[in-house]
Amino acid sequence: MIEIDRVTKIFTGRGAPFKALDDVSVTIRENEFFTLLGPSGCGKTTLLRVIAGFEAPTKGQVTLEGKDLVALPPHKRPVNTVFQSYALFPHMTVAQNIGFGLEMQDRPKAEVKKTVDEMLDLVRMTEMADRKTSEISGGQQQRVALARALAPRPRVLLLDEPLSALDFKLRKDMQIELKRLQSETGITFIFVTHDQEEALTMSDRIAVMNAGEIRQIGGPRDIYDHPAERFVADFIGDTNFLTVDLEAVEGEGATVRFASGEALQVRAPESGATTGKVTLAIRPEHASLTAPEGAVLRGVLENIVYFGTDTHYHITLDAGDRFVLREQNQPDQTQARSIGDAVGVHVPVSVGQVLRD
Amino acid sequence: MSEAVSFQKRAARRRWFLLTPALVVLLLAASGPLLIVVIYSFLTPGDYGGVVWEFSPNAWFSVVLERDFFTEQLGFADAHLSILWRSVKLSLMTAALTFALGFPTAYFIATRPAHKRDFWMLLIMIPFWTNLLIRTFAIMELIRAEGTVNSFLLWTGVINEPIQMLFTEFAILLGMSYVYLPLMVLPIYASMERFDFSLVEAGYDLYGSRWRVLRRVIFPLVKPGVIAGSILVFVPSLGAYVAPRVLGGGKQLMLGNLIELQFGAGRNWPVGAALSLTLLLIVTVALMFYVRAAGNEEGPGHG
Repeated sequence: MIEIDRVTKIFTGRGAPFKALDDVSVTIRENEFFTLLGPSGCGKTTLLRVIAGFEAPTKGQVTLEGKDLVALPPHKRPVNTVFQSYALFPHMTVAQNIGFGLEMQDRPKAEVKKTVDEMLDLVRMTEMADRKTSEISGGQQQRVALARALAPRPRVLLLDEPLSALDFKLRKDMQIELKRLQSETGITFIFVTHDQEEALTMSDRIAVMNAGEIRQIGGPRDIYDHPAERFVADFIGDTNFLTVDLEAVEGEGATVRFASGEALQVRAPESGATTGKVTLAIRPEHASLTAPEGAVLRGVLENIVYFGTDTHYHITLDAGDRFVLREQNQPDQTQARSIGDAVGVHVPVSVGQVLRD
Repeated sequence: MSEAVSFQKRAARRRWFLLTPALVVLLLAASGPLLIVVIYSFLTPGDYGGVVWEFSPNAWFSVVLERDFFTEQLGFADAHLSILWRSVKLSLMTAALTFALGFPTAYFIATRPAHKRDFWMLLIMIPFWTNLLIRTFAIMELIRAEGTVNSFLLWTGVINEPIQMLFTEFAILLGMSYVYLPLMVLPIYASMERFDFSLVEAGYDLYGSRWRVLRRVIFPLVKPGVIAGSILVFVPSLGAYVAPRVLGGGKQLMLGNLIELQFGAGRNWPVGAALSLTLLLIVTVALMFYVRAAGNEEGPGHG
């Protein structure tokens, strides 16, 4: 278990001091695939480097199973990193790279060789063992970097956007591969990415970061379906934001009234919900097109965009807001709507999410 | 077909034509003088310098051998051999000392922020713009009996009488190291600047201590720079003239001084030529060994 307790990191260099981490607290569980997600410059890599030991926190504590990490230099932390650029040693072979950490730990030669062979097998690189790292492809380098970091059996593996340099197809394969390695080795993974899809498909839990702060922590489904605030809703997936009147809050539920005068059951934010003007988030695929009569939202169809798997409907609501709606396509479906039609939007009960302001 | 052939021929001829300046320079500036030196080394010395066009292997004999003045018995030329040995020894020590000083210096500069590195490099380069003699005399001023260092030590009471530093091998070593330090720093810095410092982080991350990361990751990757620097320092040190002359005080001769002596006061050009070629030979052999040894050090192997 890794506990990050009120960690602040301020960089002072030329120019104004920069607060890369602002009072960040998070507990990462044993054997968890934990993702730090956020736009570039949000502090996710800095947090990773603080855990690895390359940066000392300005304030706060980092503990691993109750033991203080901050006091330890990087080479004494049972934590390994897969670097964004892989940082493979160019003067060593694939096998030498993988064995490096074990050698530095002064493990016996026979054990090093055995572990290296296991690791080569684990990442399916046995044939490449004696190649130089410059002689293998990007995807293979990625796997060597993984094997090198896993070989010493760290308690925690840190991954700094390790898939960003790979092409789309390879990235998909590696996502599955990473998940497999994590469950096979039982090591806690802390994964840094700016790719929301990557985060959603691989993580047990996600921390969404912005401007040095963690904005929301939760499972992928939680984060996607119930974003806590506008930044999270906007950063992950597409969202329609509507200004509505919050009339009542009962536990997790809330009643809001649209400009159209219709009321709807939605989800309340976890805390701090007050009646009055609030922002409601509705995912495009959670709503559907319907007849204008009796619908909670009504408007005019502005544009229809065909995407293969689904079709996007751009609607201008009567109140003036724009609303995008996504419907799954069926085989040989004929388009029943046309641009300019008056349409209604159906939003199921408890799907909309009221955001914390 | 024939047209294509003649075109190729013409192209080849034009290439040779364009190479002419380089060939002329190579012939006149490199091979030519060297050939003259080789020929001179096999001739008889003239009475007032120069050579007499008469074949004689004597010059080559006297590089390492000498005939006893009285008994006419052949023996090793102790004076020449000791000078030869001193040259090689001091040059190796100079290369070692400049490496010991230059490597940390280059590392320091390469790890500064990019915009500050030029400033530090400038500091390394500035002494290089000053005349060699001036710099050597500056060292002399520092270490002579009434010089800065001795005066300071006497004043603080660390010593009671001045330390004899000038006119020793130490003085020559100090002078050459000072003069040739930039030649070591520059190539090491050049290879360190290209060095990816995330590899150092990877080394630390994989349980490498600072020393082991330096030895296993940084050093092997900047080794080409270290080799280049060592060669750049070793070669001119071997033939150094000014430092041993000024700081060795004519007592601690090196090859450069010996050669000068043969062409000057000794009036024995063939011996001078033979000694020059000996120097060339030592450098060539040393470089061959060094480059081969350095290249094999980090051989392939498993785990």
